[in-house]
Amino acid sequence: MNFESPQSVAEALRSVDYLPDDRISQVVFLADRLDKPILVEGPAGVGKTELAKSLARVTGRDLIRLQCYEGLDEAKALYEWNYKKQLLRIQSDVDHDWGEIEQDIFSEDFLLTRPLLEAIRSKEPVVLLIDEIDRVEVETEALLLEILSDFQVSIPELGTITAETQPIVVLTSNNTRELSEALKRRCLFLHIDYPDAAREQEILAARVPGLSEHLAGQVAKVVRSIRSLDLKKAPSVSETIDWARTLLALSIEDVDEAILGDTLHVLLKYQVDIEKAAKELTSTVPS
Amino acid sequence: MVGIITGFIDELRAAGVPVSMVEAIDGMRAVEVVDIGDRVALRETLRATLIKNLRHERAFDTAFDTYFATVPNVEREASEEPGSSQLPGADRDGSDEQPPFDLEQLLDSLLEALAGMDEAAIRRGARTAVDQLAGMEPGRPVGGTYYLYRTLRRLDLKDLEERLIEALMNDEAMSDLDRRLMREEVEERIERLREEIEDEIRRRLVADRGRDAVARTLRRPLVEDVDLMHATTKDLQEMEAAIGPLTRKLAARLARRRRRREGRLDFRRTMRKSLATGGVPADPQFRHPRPHRPEVWLLCDISGSMATFSRFTLQFTHAMSTHFSKLRSFAFVDTIDEVSDFFGPGVDFGSALRRITTEAEVVWLDGHSDYGNSLESFLNRYGKQLTPRTTVIITGDARNNYRPPRDRVLADIAGAARAVVWLNPEPQAYWDTGDSAMSHYSAHCTSVHEVRTLRQLEQFIEELTLPGSRTLQNL
Repeated sequence: MNFESPQSVAEALRSVDYLPDDRISQVVFLADRLDKPILVEGPAGVGKTELAKSLARVTGRDLIRLQCYEGLDEAKALYEWNYKKQLLRIQSDVDHDWGEIEQDIFSEDFLLTRPLLEAIRSKEPVVLLIDEIDRVEVETEALLLEILSDFQVSIPELGTITAETQPIVVLTSNNTRELSEALKRRCLFLHIDYPDAAREQEILAARVPGLSEHLAGQVAKVVRSIRSLDLKKAPSVSETIDWARTLLALSIEDVDEAILGDTLHVLLKYQVDIEKAAKELTSTVPS
Repeated sequence: MVGIITGFIDELRAAGVPVSMVEAIDGMRAVEVVDIGDRVALRETLRATLIKNLRHERAFDTAFDTYFATVPNVEREASEEPGSSQLPGADRDGSDEQPPFDLEQLLDSLLEALAGMDEAAIRRGARTAVDQLAGMEPGRPVGGTYYLYRTLRRLDLKDLEERLIEALMNDEAMSDLDRRLMREEVEERIERLREEIEDEIRRRLVADRGRDAVARTLRRPLVEDVDLMHATTKDLQEMEAAIGPLTRKLAARLARRRRRREGRLDFRRTMRKSLATGGVPADPQFRHPRPHRPEVWLLCDISGSMATFSRFTLQFTHAMSTHFSKLRSFAFVDTIDEVSDFFGPGVDFGSALRRITTEAEVVWLDGHSDYGNSLESFLNRYGKQLTPRTTVIITGDARNNYRPPRDRVLADIAGAARAVVWLNPEPQAYWDTGDSAMSHYSAHCTSVHEVRTLRQLEQFIEELTLPGSRTLQNL
């Protein structure tokens, strides 16, 4: 148990410059109490991965990260037998009794641990981050089920390896596909959306030192305004921070239409979006 | 408390949210470790354990606000005078002694509260407004919207918004950008007030009529159950978010083929596998064959009777165009035109829709659906480009205005293509009634599906993969 209350979660995360809202700190608190994995979902760039990193920093644990991609399999996620070493072992010992060799080559010495097994076997408690889980195929998801519900891995030749310490598990998803019910059932669900203007202003203040309060407020409001447009890709929090840094580097005190038009490309990455935002924000005169 | 939570879970299930047994137990266990007097904590705890899909959040919020309407909001109400958070109705007993109600005075105090964003004062204002303006009658079986309407009519939020803008705008000469930002800020605050009033009314309804009854009146269909023919703009917006993952799934399903041993020998994997058999390569491994690139042609009826549905199908088309490099789309009313070029990378949906309605030549005679002519002109103009790899998806109600269906044409199309799938947004019971020519066409389709809701669309995509289904794979 790492946290006393949701408030202490919030304080701890704030101390490493991660500003959680009520929902985030409550869910992290629950995950800690109930020993359940957190499934974090939300648009790109709202701090899903950052949450796991910050948790590692707050609790002083190591972060073990499994980056998911299409085609990820057991051998890269869980464990793999070190077959080269096994081969050498067999060849170097031709005269030996086969039963003995077999015993030997399927022992822990010949096991290559991959992130998931590593997290389970770690002597020190860790934070396990399974990033972008929606990129793997549905079939591969099943690999995770045993870990997520029981914190254990079964290896046919060795038996079941149970976690010695309880890891904090964070899964992130960009929701490009529906995850399986079985996976969702085992997790606490946390949807992180873009922060509201007030919280975004706080985030800016924490992440961009030297930014004046006036400018931070203005940046947050402009970004909120841009997000309300129907865009291909709305600006993420990290892009907001980039924009604030850009403004700071240009020593701009006050955002006006001209400056916004000139620096829009920092916030938006598609030409259609830039044109649309420029049209909406820099030329229209509200009645 | 346990009783309320089980009631709450029942309500979620009744609204269509799938809450499994395990999740219900998790919810109960989780509630044990939180402060149940704290509304935010309780809400987020139940949300994290019971709701696993963003699409269900709206249903969750509605149900939660009803079932836990009386749980105070600890943090936010801390600054209020004690007693003010007690059950509604109680503070109305003393209304005789209060000075007579003055609407102007209420508006002024609300204005001040909104300008300073004083949450407690906004809450007090909302409470007074409901007290004085809603005219709530205990036991009267009307929904919350009726009282909301009565309150807002007198309060006139639009006017309040203007006044607030004026009050805040006076300071200095502002640029257009600042003006816009200010306006949005004000809109958000007014929205806060609106929510507060809605909350207050709901609280009183719950106190009066009980949780279950109020929850029933507030229940709305989930996004996936909204009838596509009658969806509102707001529904369509929510659907848009759900379409992305669906099209990806469809892309994957269409690309899938029966597993065959194809491709070259994978030496590395064969060697590794051979270790299990003591170095004897008993189980040769092969490289995966290159993924199959499906060709999809979409034919959408965009006539007047299909207005909402076609907006949805075009949205779907738009989302699909990011997954299929070989997607071609056609729109028709009484003749057909290709609209593929209107979509494509980097085009936003709104402008694509505008171009289709203005530039595409889909009307030949009178602008009433004519499937026969549309199909015939499709075959004449594009038929030669159909290949055995092409899957043709037709969306429409098959309401032909009693014109000749010319279903032989569809048979020719089906003969040239890999498969023809028809998605009909009408309930199956209505097919072949009136001017619907569905059965003329369905005879020539590989499969026909009723797709009235997002859920049915999902089902259709799901079924495409069922082992042994003859839909696409055998063709």
